[in-house]
Amino acid sequence: MSKFPEHIAIEKANPTAVLDWHERFGDRTLIVEAKQIVEVVRTLKDAFGYDMLVDLTCVDYLPRRPRFEMVYHFLNVESKARLRVKAQLEESHARVASLMEFYPIADWFEREVWDLFGIKFEGHTNLKRIMLYEEFEGHPLRKDYPKTKRQPLMGPQN
Amino acid sequence: MPELETLPEVKAALPPDEPEFQQKEMLLNIGPAHPAMHGIIRIQTKLEGELVVESDVEIGYLHRAFEKSCEESTWNQAIIYTDRLNYVSAPINNIGYCLAVEKLLGIELPPRGQYIRTLLCEIARISDHLTCVGASAMELGGFTVFLYMIKGREYLWELIEEYCGARVTTMTSRVGGMPYDLPEGWLDKCTWVVKEIREILNECDILLTNNRIFVERMENIGVMSAERAIAWGWTGPCLRGSGVAYDVRKDFPYLVYDQLDWEVPIGRRGDNLDRYLVRMEEMEQSCRIIEQCVAKIPGGPVNCDNKKVVLPDKKDTYGNIEGLMNHFKLIMYGHGIRVPEGEVYFPVEGGNGELGYYIVSHPDEHSKDGCNDRAWRVRCRPPCLPMVAGLHEMINNYMIADIVPTFGSVNMIGGELDR
Amino acid sequence: MSELIQSPTMDMTRSLSSNVMTTRFDKLLGWARKYSLFQYPFVTACCGMEFMSTACSHYDLDRFGAAFPRFSPRQADVIWVVGTISHKIAPVLKTIYEQMADPKWVVSFGACASCGGPYDNYATVQGIDTIIPVDVYIAGCPPRPEAVLDGLLKLQELIQNQKHEWK
Repeated sequence: MSKFPEHIAIEKANPTAVLDWHERFGDRTLIVEAKQIVEVVRTLKDAFGYDMLVDLTCVDYLPRRPRFEMVYHFLNVESKARLRVKAQLEESHARVASLMEFYPIADWFEREVWDLFGIKFEGHTNLKRIMLYEEFEGHPLRKDYPKTKRQPLMGPQN
Repeated sequence: MPELETLPEVKAALPPDEPEFQQKEMLLNIGPAHPAMHGIIRIQTKLEGELVVESDVEIGYLHRAFEKSCEESTWNQAIIYTDRLNYVSAPINNIGYCLAVEKLLGIELPPRGQYIRTLLCEIARISDHLTCVGASAMELGGFTVFLYMIKGREYLWELIEEYCGARVTTMTSRVGGMPYDLPEGWLDKCTWVVKEIREILNECDILLTNNRIFVERMENIGVMSAERAIAWGWTGPCLRGSGVAYDVRKDFPYLVYDQLDWEVPIGRRGDNLDRYLVRMEEMEQSCRIIEQCVAKIPGGPVNCDNKKVVLPDKKDTYGNIEGLMNHFKLIMYGHGIRVPEGEVYFPVEGGNGELGYYIVSHPDEHSKDGCNDRAWRVRCRPPCLPMVAGLHEMINNYMIADIVPTFGSVNMIGGELDR
Repeated sequence: MSELIQSPTMDMTRSLSSNVMTTRFDKLLGWARKYSLFQYPFVTACCGMEFMSTACSHYDLDRFGAAFPRFSPRQADVIWVVGTISHKIAPVLKTIYEQMADPKWVVSFGACASCGGPYDNYATVQGIDTIIPVDVYIAGCPPRPEAVLDGLLKLQELIQNQKHEWK
């Protein structure tokens, strides 16, 4: 399997950024160093025209280490090229740089990931809960949060 | 922002020591329970007079843990939760999810199954657009249009009901196939419904498109440029209204869309009127797709023949031991459909835009074969979240009354917005 | 009207039937109230689609004297809680219920509002009756329009036969 052009360009600028790549099920995927996500995205956006951040989410692989994996899906609307970028995060250091400066939509997607997974986004200007309420404790999409653990604002506790 | 000026006649009436109005900003809270906020969403606005200066949109009132629920149910059980994402066009959600899981399993439906799925998707798309256009017309005073369009939606839902027994939460699809073949006479009824829908569209077109009240409240209101729309991650009719011809059905064809003849309508200005016109034209295109599917649909099975995924015929389940065991193996807790480890992103064109499922299968600690009978993670890329996220750019610097048509043209659906 | 007439004797009814009608005031009030329901649809989710269908021309909720939606709780008699109530929206629902003037009734529309439905999780209220009193539950996920009409008739029956505060 040959490297993607994106991979080669990123490697030229940041030799240590890309850790791995694959193309399973036809989805081209780069696994990058989380600390260098901003440089990677800058290359993708400026040199390859990935102008749409289709999706931004996180997966909790408890008990694997590193525990969290950020998943970004990019789309070049002009050429219809798609690329998935993944970055792994340790539980003890669950923070990654915000992509708000490149894509305004990252604002809400990142707020959602913060709300449900508790990943901190450095540089995000308005990082508060979006789906749940401020009084909620914990992050429900983490694997160690039980599905039925309720924290109601009113009504009976369970 | 235009400078607000006190009118001369108002100035004359004011006391001499107070020649100007005190221009005060007012905070106005719209929602979460407000008739113009379809479903529940909250917009906090800062007003100067009637002009919206700043606004902040708050969502999450319908968060009901779709993603967590999917992780705790088996591959087929999770389909009921997908119904309730975009509840106006549930079949698209079902089919998108099943297509994603099928991609992970590496199976594909036989042609008849694919045609049935395409038919159901387009029926759902028309009902989605009818609801959106009807509701926004009602909010601008066109109640007749709303009644006509809901009548049309009723015909479509009766068609879906005849297929699967439910009207709204349909559960029309399973992993690896369809639950039923088409009932007898269904395709003829389909042709009749398409005829009725065309008539309704024509009537509503006459009522709205040249209606001065409607056009003046829609034209050049809520403008979004193509560049900003892409930056905000817009897809679907709203992006096409801004003039970008991106449609998942054309650009990343799935099912049988690439074998059919249809077009992608686009707008020019990116305002409310363009979004309305794009939706009207898309319904016409969906009618064309349905007609072609009805004409071309082949015979044969609707399910793929993979016994590890698809339940056996009832006649086998009750008639012989192999069928019974096969049924048990697929239903029993801890067995079920075994999906190998992997991750996949599958986009389909939902009613509001790109509906993507990012599905991860990952063995848990009980797994012996490296497979899992339930998803490790199901992420739904909600099509209307980007539109609502960019909503403030469309309502700032317009009048407060313009929030209603602008918000209507976004077609916010609480289920998929908050999940 | 015949349901209202309580005749002490058949003779009296026969002699007065063309001029006079006797009933209990409570019943008369119930009869008046059940056919002039101003409703507040608290629509949150999927069930709203079926509520829309029921209210439109195909099923026509109007026939039963409960057509006029008032989007101000202060003017409404009956609140339809249509759809899932999450913990985030629950305080809003309670406030709206408290803002309604007496007499008021609550209809819980669909499985989610009645008991949480398929959503047994951290975000969803397990039935609105844990927050506000409910008069009629309509089953279904979502209920068919026929079930909604049935629910409305049940509510009207309840209003007809209940004791009304009027002194």
